[in-house]
Amino acid sequence: MEKKLFTISVFTENQVGLLNRISIIFTRRGLNLESVSSSASSMHGIHKMNFTCTSDRETMEKVIKQIERCIDVLRAYLYTDDEIVYQEVALYKVPTQKLLDEKDFERIIRVHNARILELTREYTILEKTGHESETQALYELLTKYGILQFIRSGRICITKSPTEHFTQFLKEQETRRLAIEKEE
Amino acid sequence: MNERITGSEALCRALIAEGVDTIFGYPGGQIMPFYDTLYDHTDKLHHILTRHEQGAIHAAQGFARASGRVGVVTVTSGPAATNVITGLSDANVDSTPLVVITGQVGVASLGSDAFQETDVMGITLPITKWAYQVRSAEEIPWAVARAFYIASSGRPGPVVLDVTKDAQVGTMEWSYERTKYIRSYNPDPQLLPGDILSAASLINRAERPLIISGHGVMISNAEADLIALAEKADIPVATTLLGLSTIPSDHPLNKGMVGMHGNIGPNYNTNEADVILAIGMRFDDRVTGIVSRYAPQAKIIHIDIDRAEFNKNVHVHTAIHADAKKAIQALLPLVNKHKHPEWLATFERPEEVERTQVMQRELEPTDLGPDSAMRMGEVVRKISEASGNKGILVTDVGQNQMMGARYFKYTLPKSILTSGGLGTMGFCLPAAIGAKISCPERGVFAFMGDGGFQMTMQELGTIMEYRVGVKVIILNNNFLGNVRQWQAMFYHNRFSATPLVNPDFVAIAGAYGIPAEHVATRSGLDGAIERMMACDGAYLLDVNIEPEDMVFPMIAPGSAIDEILLNATTKYKA
Repeated sequence: MEKKLFTISVFTENQVGLLNRISIIFTRRGLNLESVSSSASSMHGIHKMNFTCTSDRETMEKVIKQIERCIDVLRAYLYTDDEIVYQEVALYKVPTQKLLDEKDFERIIRVHNARILELTREYTILEKTGHESETQALYELLTKYGILQFIRSGRICITKSPTEHFTQFLKEQETRRLAIEKEE
Repeated sequence: MNERITGSEALCRALIAEGVDTIFGYPGGQIMPFYDTLYDHTDKLHHILTRHEQGAIHAAQGFARASGRVGVVTVTSGPAATNVITGLSDANVDSTPLVVITGQVGVASLGSDAFQETDVMGITLPITKWAYQVRSAEEIPWAVARAFYIASSGRPGPVVLDVTKDAQVGTMEWSYERTKYIRSYNPDPQLLPGDILSAASLINRAERPLIISGHGVMISNAEADLIALAEKADIPVATTLLGLSTIPSDHPLNKGMVGMHGNIGPNYNTNEADVILAIGMRFDDRVTGIVSRYAPQAKIIHIDIDRAEFNKNVHVHTAIHADAKKAIQALLPLVNKHKHPEWLATFERPEEVERTQVMQRELEPTDLGPDSAMRMGEVVRKISEASGNKGILVTDVGQNQMMGARYFKYTLPKSILTSGGLGTMGFCLPAAIGAKISCPERGVFAFMGDGGFQMTMQELGTIMEYRVGVKVIILNNNFLGNVRQWQAMFYHNRFSATPLVNPDFVAIAGAYGIPAEHVATRSGLDGAIERMMACDGAYLLDVNIEPEDMVFPMIAPGSAIDEILLNATTKYKA
């Protein structure tokens, strides 16, 4: 089956150990997580985790179901790149002197739409936001100046879907809660 | 203001509030505050001190599976917690409701490699339905209520509460509310009418339908509904290993067990069926044989409460995500009365072949005289019949398990207890103890090999202390028989590490004050069974089994489900 990069978005309650519990599901199947990002969501008490993983659709669908059966996982969604708008952010630390010696520097900043976050006599920190291929392209250009440090974040994404499935899910659960309370 | 009590007191009260009356456990350093409090609650919480923590958890599994109630285990931290890991994994795959409380070092010592500290959360996360570390007394009611709700609802499973010493000795204001709702977890999914209609229509149009009844039918108490559905639509029923006794052995529509050592009829006909209604089962590789050649003609309807089971191993045509009982009850009025005489007749020949070429050798061996050792099948069947086929069969793992499952007869539901998914040797003896404690009115017959018995035989001490009336039958061939069978069939008779040098099991039972006898020859079997049945309490039979006895029929690993061996060299021909 065809392998490609999938993005997995998981909404969870804010409970200890969930990232561990979810990552184990990938580990068991020998799947390598290419990136991980986790943070509080816009909704109070709800966390959102994003993973990217290269695999085939059938395997990923099984993984999603196994993630969803974990207690305190609210919902897990599987996306291909065309279904989402996604970004990663990269930071580059480069020796300042090397940059000053280089005629091309201004053009690099301009073409890659990078930002300078800090500038000292010893080093300069650049930031670039984009797809992995874009942050990687800048990385490769900067290697000739000698990159001192480099870090790239996990992928964050927002869906293109006109329906907010997760909001819908939360509403359904609220209805379920009210029905259970009413039964008593 | 509510009364202020310690966390240990809260733990005891919470267990009582959840209806717990029996705990299997073993004390130790970090769980001592709880045990100290338990001393004041012995009127309501009956503690069974097993001889090993593994014995405690298997006993709780037996207790839970025989009765449908949650099994409760209390052990200390570190080595005690790691000793329950096998049972947790077993309960996880065999959908067994457990709440396992492990003591844990104080919060300040967590992560410091303190004495008897182990990362219980890290170890148990992948093999539990839920695991939670309780760090303060205030959390106890919430955690216990949630634990029982999660363990017992939906697809049941084991829950671990890792209770730090701080949480046990700290104080809190007592109040308790049982959990009825968790936002992330819906254990009672709504039936979708479209799925039921689609399933009913497939069943009504089927010419060769087959029901496969699994553990889920037992868990949801849907045995009577299953039979009503099968009878109305005249559908043959096969069961999985854990689904045995969901339909009585002698019911005309019961066609036997599927799987590696299942019956020929249902295995072979799985690949002839045009519609398979699989209820509460998970298409384990021991059931499907090689998956690519499993049920090629069938549209599969799969009823399961665990959505992750759909399309996990085999492609499903219609998935019904629901409790088995609710789904069957919804299907029943939509399914037409039907007769399938021709299809049912196709089970007759494989049954006849199995009876004459496989079963007769086990049940009435003409090649063995009265002075010879016995075959497992005849021992199992005779004991089953001596119980009026009303006993609970508990097995260990290996040949004893397959022979037990095949030759025990079931007239009552919930009559089999065996380690299915994990295949845990040593399961039988402690599980039988738990089963007898939860169902004292039923006869409990624990069949095990000489290997598996010795993995947990320290629990004879538990039987002695609490006078647990289980009948222990060692099918003793002085071999690890199932491995030996594979060595004979696939490893050129190289019996690597399978012969056992055994102690005198009768003398061991005697040391525990348990009446026991060695049955050396076939002529002595009937009398020994009679004496065992006449004995009021526990009894041990050490039965001399012919070492070359093998379990057949067999679907060898890598074979399709219709490629069935009648013995080591002969294949079944339709």
